[in-house]
Amino acid sequence: MHPIISIKDVSKTYKSGVKALQPVSLDIMKGEIFALLGPNGAGKTTLINMTCGIVNLSSGTIVADGNDIIRDYKEARKKIGLVPQELHTDAFERVIDTVTFSRGLFGFAPNPAYIEKVLRDLSLWEKRNAKIMELSGGMKRRVMIAKALSHEPKILFLDEPSAGVDVELRRDMWEMVRNLRKSGVTIILTTHYIEEAEEMADRVGVINKGQLILVEEKTTLMRKLGKKQLTLELATPIDAVPDGLNGYHVELVDEGRQLVYSFDANAADTGIHGFLKRIGELGVDYKDLHTEQSSLEDIFVSLVHSK
Amino acid sequence: MTQSEAIPQAAETRGTTFNLFGIQAIYRFEMARWFRTLGQSLFSPVLSTSLYFIVFGSAIGSRMGTIGDVSYGAFIVPGLIMLSILTESVSNASFGIYMPRWAGTIYELLSAPVSALEAVCGYVGAAATKSVVIGVVILITARVFVDYHVQNWPVMLLFLVLTSISFCLFGFILGVLADGFEKLQIVPMLILTPLTFLGGTFYSITMLPEPWRTLTLFNPVVYLISGFRWAFFGAQAADVNIGLSLSAISVFLAVCLAAVWWIFKTGYRLKN
Ligand SMILES: Nc1ncnc2c1ncn2[C@@H]1O[C@H](COP(=O)(O)OP(=O)(O)OP(=O)(O)O)[C@@H](O)[C@H]1O
Ligand SMILES: [Mg+2]
Repeated sequence: MHPIISIKDVSKTYKSGVKALQPVSLDIMKGEIFALLGPNGAGKTTLINMTCGIVNLSSGTIVADGNDIIRDYKEARKKIGLVPQELHTDAFERVIDTVTFSRGLFGFAPNPAYIEKVLRDLSLWEKRNAKIMELSGGMKRRVMIAKALSHEPKILFLDEPSAGVDVELRRDMWEMVRNLRKSGVTIILTTHYIEEAEEMADRVGVINKGQLILVEEKTTLMRKLGKKQLTLELATPIDAVPDGLNGYHVELVDEGRQLVYSFDANAADTGIHGFLKRIGELGVDYKDLHTEQSSLEDIFVSLVHSK
Repeated sequence: MTQSEAIPQAAETRGTTFNLFGIQAIYRFEMARWFRTLGQSLFSPVLSTSLYFIVFGSAIGSRMGTIGDVSYGAFIVPGLIMLSILTESVSNASFGIYMPRWAGTIYELLSAPVSALEAVCGYVGAAATKSVVIGVVILITARVFVDYHVQNWPVMLLFLVLTSISFCLFGFILGVLADGFEKLQIVPMLILTPLTFLGGTFYSITMLPEPWRTLTLFNPVVYLISGFRWAFFGAQAADVNIGLSLSAISVFLAVCLAAVWWIFKTGYRLKN
């Protein structure tokens, strides 16, 4: 696989003096779903907007599908679709007109059949003659997606696509994103719902305070950083962690009713066997036990905080 | 990479094709916006022109002499058309580009494979079309009130079109520079209205005493109205030479084009 987007030493300092992005280099692979995570103000939107031509680059170069986004901006932009974070729509336009407009703006000949397909896929066909201002927030976001797809882009940026979208629709959208990927579209999305990234992404990038602190395969990341926890439901609550467990990473939670042992799921010896044996020797009685793996969300939170 | 390379011009890019569909999309969008309010868009210039005719043409005009052998009522027709075209061009074109900036929908234009020239063709082309239509509608309305003859149709249309394009460009620039709705209204009101009223809409500058007569020659609108009037009634009604008028409008057009080119080249006020 070769990169479809190649970002090299791209940085951004806004006119206000805000240094939104330190020099960032990143390759996005053809056909992947890449999730860009990071807290508010991290610089996700800035990076996306620079790639799409909305914000000027302060330094660096970006190449999209072989086209420099500045020198060959027309070729580059034809291949990129963007669903921005903010809901910027016209009010009085009809849904079908605004989507048709987008296709034309990107230099493509009219294709009503394709527009109909896009609107049907997004459950907007029934609303095609409605004025945009008559739509709900979630519907407006879908109109934005339809506009972004109107010129059959090879690369799709979704800047927080699921903000304000209800649960069912979010699942539909995940489905749509997967179908798009199947058809060969590369997708870069940002989200604050980590489970969304966990559900869909092939790779994850984490930005914090303008720095790209990590880029990793999602599964590798979860394996690398994934901690597992063994929780014992105690038969009778205890006041303190028994002295005999000193060598283990153990916490007492839920007012002494649960004993939680954290271990590295990838280690050759997880220590579970020895731990449970020790518990037996100490005479700690438990009525139930379960293990759980940390989610991407836990990993994300600890990453952002440790920096 | 410096900011001045923000939006490359055609010469710096390779493998680019002229985005005709893009221009069409913008043009249609702008015209659709206009058609939605076509009634009021046409009604207000027609109404104000009619009022001017009733007040100046009929009431006052009946006591005025002729200028050359042109009746006063007929004399003010070209001036009134220019008055409307100037204000309508500036307000239409500035609104057309200010709205997307204000509403945020400009993101789409900025992310589209549309060059500066193409964007201007779409936006200014649509705004200028509206202005020309309004000009023609006023021309027809005027006919209800006074009898006039156009001596030189080609020059008249040339002036109509050039003025519309120039002032739409001017409006476009204003719409890009403005950082509030007030500014969109202040410029036409504070600059355009005085310039048109003092530019000979209702009188020939030969009627003015010195030093006003010489001072007025610094008002660019004088040249436009004079040239337009020349096309209607010939040299007898014109204040300045027709060649001078044509040069004036050409220079104004060139200045506006240069400004627009610079704005897109730098991304000034359009991009962060
Ligand atoms: N137009 C602008 N002018 C000046 N500063 C800006 C502008 N846009 C963003 N910033 C600043 O740049 C930084 C990065 O903002 P950005 O919008 O890229 O963050 P983000 O990661 O998308 O955040 P969020 O999750 O809230 O959308 C922030 O400090 C923000 O205040
Ligand atoms: Mg953002």
